[in-house]
Amino acid sequence: MSERKIRVLVAKPGLDGHDRGAKVVARALRDAGMEVIYTGLRQTPEMIAEAALQEDVDVVGLSVLSGAHLTLVPKIVDRLKENGLDDVLIVVGGIIPAEDIEPLRQLGVRGVFGPGTSTEDIIAFIREQVNVAN
Amino acid sequence: MSLTEPILRGERRAIARQISGIENERPEARQVLAELYPHTGRAYLVGLTGAPGTGKSTLVNELAKAYRRENKTVAIISVDPTSPFSGGAILGDRIRMADLAGDPGVFVRSMATRGSLGGLARATADAAKVFDAAGFEIILIETVGVGQAEVEIAGLAHSVVVVEAPGLGDEVQAIKAGILEIADVFVVNKADREGASRTVAALTMMLDLTDPSLPKTVLHHGQLMAVAATVSNPTRVELAAWRPPICKTVATQGQGIAEVIAALAEHRTYQLNQGMLVQRERERLIFEIQQMLKERLLADLLDKTSPERVNQILTQVLERQLDPFAAVEILAKVDVM
Repeated sequence: MSERKIRVLVAKPGLDGHDRGAKVVARALRDAGMEVIYTGLRQTPEMIAEAALQEDVDVVGLSVLSGAHLTLVPKIVDRLKENGLDDVLIVVGGIIPAEDIEPLRQLGVRGVFGPGTSTEDIIAFIREQVNVAN
Repeated sequence: MSLTEPILRGERRAIARQISGIENERPEARQVLAELYPHTGRAYLVGLTGAPGTGKSTLVNELAKAYRRENKTVAIISVDPTSPFSGGAILGDRIRMADLAGDPGVFVRSMATRGSLGGLARATADAAKVFDAAGFEIILIETVGVGQAEVEIAGLAHSVVVVEAPGLGDEVQAIKAGILEIADVFVVNKADREGASRTVAALTMMLDLTDPSLPKTVLHHGQLMAVAATVSNPTRVELAAWRPPICKTVATQGQGIAEVIAALAEHRTYQLNQGMLVQRERERLIFEIQQMLKERLLADLLDKTSPERVNQILTQVLERQLDPFAAVEILAKVDVM
């Protein structure tokens, strides 16, 4: 029972109301044995950083389909840093144009998963990255 | 560096890390817990339990807001079930608690049961101690959606709120043993729905049946008959009996929340006046220490027995060469073998 569980916050920042993708990923991570804190729609950067802090998560997974990722993600990264969460793994999923991937990486996002990514790939990536960190 | 000092100062990151440490059974976490223990015992622990979908999380959200209006700091521990198949969990209670975001006087922590069956996680009681030591005045503990037998919360909280909703059961459900017996306060949530008054009536009837000071009127073959009270010494009853009030709420609209807060305050006063808080605390500690002792003895015993030996005994039970009682006898006597 004392094995370490990976804790993941799955959040949808911004105003778009499409949470199907986030729910599919949340469910897949659960089935992979992770503890998923699901916060629902329309989360502000402050709410996401606060939840990440209180829940002491290893991973923050953001789902953005509105196109506002380059506005929202920097704010979230800043708030996470303000809360002392420099080491948390940030991954982003959703509709992310190819040319935006590098800017997101520069911000500290380590994984970007577009449409058609298999949940196995996401799970494998998270496991690998979290194990490296520990 | 030890987390003890930062936790006592109320530093949120330290609190969060310590709770993870407890969940993951890290030895340092146990040490910190030992250091925090002298600083605990000040918080008021309120448990909320009830069937899935009765509105526990929404009610917790509303109660937290109400306590914040009284300027009391609030910690929330929300427990959701771990999948018995994958070991994973979806912890979704924060969805209903978005109102509390951004308030530094509130701390919400979601927790998975990780195999515990009593409605709480193994780490819940210790997480509550962390919040207590960090200075939170009110600790709201929401159990998983429970059926009838998950009563562990009664051993942990000072006051237990059992949340019901219309349409979940009839009068016979109400007189069955289980979670209804642990209620200090009943909440009939979703009271704007059809059947709410029936639910209140069923609970009232159940309470009338168990209240020894009340003369009863029972329906017997269609005839109303009076039955004398079962306890003849009313002063003793007055001292001992707490009759759980029944509050009607519509948590999504904040209706009836003030009444729940008032009922809890009354229960708290009652406990303080009757000296029952000490008694409950004592019972709670006995329960907690027994649990830890069980786990420790089991772990020790299994340490001393080789897995091959355990497997061998299991196979014998499986093949009906040994009954389970005999298997336990053999395993329990491993010391003397």
